[in-house]
Amino acid sequence: MKEPVHIGGSPSAAPDLQDLLHDVALGDQDAFASVYDAVVGPVLGVARAVLRDRAQSEEVAQEVLVEVWRTAPRYRPERGSPLNWILTLAHRRAVDRVRSVEAAAARDTKAALLAHQPVYDEVTEQVETRLEQEQVRRCLRTLTALQRQSVTLAYYRGLTYREVAEALALPLGTVKTRLRDGLIRLRDCLGVTA
Amino acid sequence: MTTTDPHALTGAYALHALPDEERAAFERHLAGCESCAQEVAEFSATAARLALAAAVPTRPAMREEVLRRVATVRQLPPAAASLDRARRSVWRGRGAGRRALAACVAAAVACGGVAVWQYQRAQDAGDRAARAQRQVEELAGVLAAPDAKSRVARIGDGAATLVVSAGRDRAVFVASRMAAPPRGKVYELWFSDGGKMRAAGLMDPDRSSQAVLLRGKVDGASGIGITVEPEGGSRAPTTPPLALLGLPT
Repeated sequence: MKEPVHIGGSPSAAPDLQDLLHDVALGDQDAFASVYDAVVGPVLGVARAVLRDRAQSEEVAQEVLVEVWRTAPRYRPERGSPLNWILTLAHRRAVDRVRSVEAAAARDTKAALLAHQPVYDEVTEQVETRLEQEQVRRCLRTLTALQRQSVTLAYYRGLTYREVAEALALPLGTVKTRLRDGLIRLRDCLGVTA
Repeated sequence: MTTTDPHALTGAYALHALPDEERAAFERHLAGCESCAQEVAEFSATAARLALAAAVPTRPAMREEVLRRVATVRQLPPAAASLDRARRSVWRGRGAGRRALAACVAAAVACGGVAVWQYQRAQDAGDRAARAQRQVEELAGVLAAPDAKSRVARIGDGAATLVVSAGRDRAVFVASRMAAPPRGKVYELWFSDGGKMRAAGLMDPDRSSQAVLLRGKVDGASGIGITVEPEGGSRAPTTPPLALLGLPT
């Protein structure tokens, strides 16, 4: 049951993106357009998950994509696949934005955070995304409730582990451990290697 | 379980769930903890899967906006430390036009490193890297200058492009697939001041494709020349020039 199911679009299966990014690093705008097409869905998805607000998430997604163009010459493959690099950047930027003062004021109450629908329940037409969603959903089900809540609140809502602890009324140490245990289980279920 | 064990923070770190000060502390730990780094890499890749699952449809207009912005945003030069790695890259086409030229140079930088020559006293490596970085930026600046003009010439089976920015008063020599100089020799570049040759730098003998920022200002030179010289270069040409190029006008 730990069998990793391989599906298209996983970060490890994107050699094309590596080549494209190489061309982008040489100033190739057509290559950038292809990179854009490949990543914009999840980049915007992450930003929207964390920020909720449509306008703000678009703004952040655009910033991230321009940043990908600007810093492509500094991308280092040994630090992870291009997709990982880009999605990590997208999450980082979204989190930075949500933690900035203005955005913080507009954040949901604890109750709303806990009651939220998982972001991946949004309807999408794309087959690849649906497969990815199915797999992530299936693997999230292998986590304990506390692991799952900790991981999704931290990642999809951009909360710090302290905020997660507060929201779930758990000790800080417990949340740290749940985040790590949860990720280990998720990593193994998804068959992620780095 | 102890809450101070830094290893336990890999998960929170990979999910960007550490407050800034704790993140900085963990990054210091990470620098010396290989197993943590491996775990963080795996967790980051796992988090990327959570991102993929969150993909949403996007407005086509956003694509146009981003592509438009990108056309006006200048890319960072490769980090000095990554020049070595980039060296493994492949030379790509050499078309005409500013963008293609910039790409050529990026490729030449990638293939050959920038042959930047100094005759100064030995410097520490960091200093040299910073200097090389400035040279790369200066070089890129010449190529991207609005007043940049270029001239292409064939040298043997290879090609050379001379790019000059009058505003910056600097010139860049881009060589592509030039034959290697004889053993123990180097190609030296010269500014020609009405027939009088002024040393303008050496090319890297181990690279067939490279971009060289010519040493010194153009300062009214009428052209450039390239000669074969003994290792280390000469103060004045000792052989007839392989090629002379008039400055592009």
